[in-house]
Amino acid sequence: MVQVKLWGSLRDLADGQEMVEVEASNFKQVLEQLEAKHPALGPRIKRGVSLALDGVIYREAWFTPVSEENEVVLMPYMVGG
Amino acid sequence: MAFDENVKTEFKVIGQRVSRPDGIDKVTGKALYGADLSAPGMLIGRVLRSPHAHARIKKIDTSASEAMKGVKAVVVNSDLAEPEDDFFRDVKDNCLARDKALYDGHAVAAVAATSRSIARAAIRAIKVEYEELPSVTDVDEAMKPDAPVVQEGRADETVPAGSGPNVTTYLEFGHGDLEAGFAKADKIIERSFKTAATHQGYIEPHACLASMGADGRGDLWCCTQGQYNVRTICAEVCGIEATQLRVTASEIGGGFGGKTTCFIEPVALALSRKSGKPVKIVMSREEVFRATGPTVSSSSDVKVGMTKDGRITAASAKLRYQGGAFPCGTVEFGAQSAFAAYDLEAVRSYGWNTLTNRPKEAAYRAPGAPMAIYAVESVVDELCQELGLDPLDVRLKNAAKKGTLASYGPTFNDIGLVATLEAAKAHPHYAAPLGENQGRGLSCGFWFNFGGNTCVSLNVNHDGTVGVVEGNPDIGGSRASISMMAAEELDIPYEKVRTVITDTNSLGFNDVTDGSRVTFAVGLATIEAARAAKREMCKRAAQIWGIDAEAVVWEDGAAKPSGPNAGDHPPMTLAEIAADMDSTGGPIAGHHEVNADGAGVSFGVHLVDTEVDPETGATKILRYTVFQDAGKAIHPDYVEGQMQGGAVQGIGWALNEEYIYGEDGRLQNPMFLDYRVPVASDLPAIDTVILEIPNPGHPYGVRGVGETSIVPPLAAISNAVSRAADVRMSELPMSPPRVLKAMSER
Repeated sequence: MVQVKLWGSLRDLADGQEMVEVEASNFKQVLEQLEAKHPALGPRIKRGVSLALDGVIYREAWFTPVSEENEVVLMPYMVGG
Repeated sequence: MAFDENVKTEFKVIGQRVSRPDGIDKVTGKALYGADLSAPGMLIGRVLRSPHAHARIKKIDTSASEAMKGVKAVVVNSDLAEPEDDFFRDVKDNCLARDKALYDGHAVAAVAATSRSIARAAIRAIKVEYEELPSVTDVDEAMKPDAPVVQEGRADETVPAGSGPNVTTYLEFGHGDLEAGFAKADKIIERSFKTAATHQGYIEPHACLASMGADGRGDLWCCTQGQYNVRTICAEVCGIEATQLRVTASEIGGGFGGKTTCFIEPVALALSRKSGKPVKIVMSREEVFRATGPTVSSSSDVKVGMTKDGRITAASAKLRYQGGAFPCGTVEFGAQSAFAAYDLEAVRSYGWNTLTNRPKEAAYRAPGAPMAIYAVESVVDELCQELGLDPLDVRLKNAAKKGTLASYGPTFNDIGLVATLEAAKAHPHYAAPLGENQGRGLSCGFWFNFGGNTCVSLNVNHDGTVGVVEGNPDIGGSRASISMMAAEELDIPYEKVRTVITDTNSLGFNDVTDGSRVTFAVGLATIEAARAAKREMCKRAAQIWGIDAEAVVWEDGAAKPSGPNAGDHPPMTLAEIAADMDSTGGPIAGHHEVNADGAGVSFGVHLVDTEVDPETGATKILRYTVFQDAGKAIHPDYVEGQMQGGAVQGIGWALNEEYIYGEDGRLQNPMFLDYRVPVASDLPAIDTVILEIPNPGHPYGVRGVGETSIVPPLAAISNAVSRAADVRMSELPMSPPRVLKAMSER
């Protein structure tokens, strides 16, 4: 099981949890499982999120492998100027 | 772990200060910018803009305008398509107002006519019946429960019940027990700050030339940071299939994030479609100020606790941003960046975005970070003053490093903040004496950087030269950097490579030139494309020699036999292989397509000395040094240029630049005479110190450098002015009257 850390204001949409445990082996599954477990996260995930894997930020990378050994953090979708 | 197993650390071309490929075109006027292209039968487009900050549009009567001789088309919002997605619908409704004018300068209608004077007269002939509505332009006023409602129902699911009607987003980041952390502090300072909206100040106004044929195919020439993004937006807003619209980016006279969206391009296409003629629109400077995107303005409350020996025990920030009349997510990046430079046990940042009757915010280098870090670094500096501590030592004591749990969630890998701070501490600037009415300020800065979608083709020519085709407008010298990386990888002279930026139908999709991504991501794709070409050239040489391709290596710009059974063959240079390529299998090219990740975050430290005139409150920048981790500086001139440019824009933001609105909600200073950007005589030579801590996510160690440099100046200058004037400044810009007032009240 992969532990996914949510940022503060998303926790109210996930029963107050900071860490959500999901059965996933890649980012796509992480996002699908998050939404399946906590449908209130769906709008935010659809608008766009990034994922940080062991400190490296990924914007879109569905098939990046993850395991329970990794630190996985949900972040807003990165933009720039 | 490195993304790339062939990481290179010794270079022949990289790190040289080679001639810029666009220099002669730009100084001779040959370079074509947005307004420079014309077409046979071209019409002039002009936009009618709202004189009201907030008004219901009851009726638009275009009949008199349409009846004028020389007027070929008039368009309003309903002439555009109806995108389903909120993002595209907002772009559309910003390009031409739907049922309300949401800010002073909001486009309401547009005409295309055979001359500029007819277009101007035609605009005046359009009759718009408005019902004026109450307006709000201040961020704090806009968040109140009884504020005028800019747009109904735009709050997302994160906004707590009971928030004001204009609040669209709420978020929170951080960790640890704030209460316990503050209880450990010997000194706590809590202070509120405000920053004004500032414009990116690019010298070239927005301009485009659109041509839609009767067959439904279109061409668009425009100044933009991303032609593919323009295509995507225009396709949605105008109802055109992507492949039917070819977008070509002109040379660009500055963007800084402000040219990452559309303001006039869909309008020009709609006018062209309706008139059957090419239509050119060129914005005036006044239109640029009133109707394109400045950055957000902000209001914030920051609280930091510190022990007597300079350890931060807890910190929090409440950030309120307004991004104009449409929702924006900029506060997300302010809230994530605010405390990124610190290793904190207890930290929290809260962010709110609110709507106001101002133009729709657009990105501006490191969007959202400068104003958040300004507030945080100001309070840290004040604590250092109050506790008699060295501000650089305090930053070092609390600096984020590998293993730090970042305030925005993840744990940092290798980062360069400590090395950057140590470089600042060791620099002679930090120990230089100061005179009367002078002060020294410093600030850390942070930005995320990213890679993104990138597509590159590299073509080997018969004469041994190489062409690189990429899809990102060159706003910071990327054509030189990309050519250098191709030359380095192929091991040929830089002068043998030419990089061009192509249109949307000639190469796969590329993200916008933003996020400090181009040298990183396009460079990465170019290196991979060059490697593909090298593999093919080794194969061709192997065929000629009659040996296995695996027995050939690429060294010193040539294929060479390698290994015990390869035989004794003289090296074949790229030029020799290219000369025979028709006979050995045809054209030789390399391609690479990637959605690049692993850009690596970036830190900078700015050190500035100021002198404040006690009679006038005017601030003079005496000395300025920028320290920044560039990963690997591909072309040091350009890296230094980015660092200096960020400092200069920050000086303007800190000291003079602001959108000033009247009681009526109308912009009072939409021109460079009254909106004062720094000019050369305002500035000292800006010194730069490039640190090169390689990014493991790039084969040459490149890190983005384009945005981090705008982050520290606001706080660094405010800290210097506060020390020089002996009063803590808490509002930007620190214009002379504001500084004088603060000094009189100390």
